[in-house]
Amino acid sequence: MTVATIGDRQVSVDAEGFMTNPDEWDEQLATSLAQQIGLTLEDGHWKAIRFAREDYAASGETPTLRRMATAGGVATKEMFALFPKKPAKKMSYVAGLPKPHGCV
Amino acid sequence: MTITAEAPAPVPVFDDETDRKLCIICSKGSLDMAYPGLVLANAALGEGIETHLFFTFWGFDMINKKRMDHLKFTPVGNPATHMPQMIMGLPGMTAFASHMMRKQIEDLAIPEVPEFLQMISDAGGHLWACRMSADMMHIDEEDLDEHVEGIISATDFMELSEGAQLLFI
Repeated sequence: MTVATIGDRQVSVDAEGFMTNPDEWDEQLATSLAQQIGLTLEDGHWKAIRFAREDYAASGETPTLRRMATAGGVATKEMFALFPKKPAKKMSYVAGLPKPHGCV
Repeated sequence: MTITAEAPAPVPVFDDETDRKLCIICSKGSLDMAYPGLVLANAALGEGIETHLFFTFWGFDMINKKRMDHLKFTPVGNPATHMPQMIMGLPGMTAFASHMMRKQIEDLAIPEVPEFLQMISDAGGHLWACRMSADMMHIDEEDLDEHVEGIISATDFMELSEGAQLLFI
């Protein structure tokens, strides 16, 4: 774990660049993180990100795509449209959360 | 790699332009053997990998609308259950074992087969049925789950799977 700069902020990240302390995250930082991977955050992204943050706070686990669809109300197709190709990883990155551990 | 506090954070490489392709041949119709292909297909799609599932022989039960909801697991002849085989063969044991396995799957919030196929389709996965199996079992597209894109021949599958990584389950 290392401290590094994202936007104008000092945050803890792992070797890949995922934030390691969810408490250092806020929505302004999410905008910077999204820019780094070529995303512009719109309402759909925020709905997904906010649910993921709440779910992580409650369960200690980043929601999988399946959980995003069943509990978060963000359908799988929508997740692929919002965060193309690798939706779970990209959403986790922008939301300042670890990658999901669940298989499904 | 040493990163100082002043350095910009590394950005994960999401590698959007992967040309990786995975074809999974699903040849089994039991509950326990249905899931490996579905789980791996779902994981592959989440990684941006082009994914095709090809259902053949007993694997047709996974996509047959009449049977996909009632796949069974039998402990008979399966030493990995670590139970006496004499008992496993008693009437009702397959129904009981299937019920138990279904419950374990549900407890992990993993969907049943029909919903799993829907999820794979929503994630951009492709489902194909085997022509010879369909002919043998007198099954046509109307009998199959709506997400199956077509009934294709072995040759079609060879063309489809060119350059792909293959899994036979």
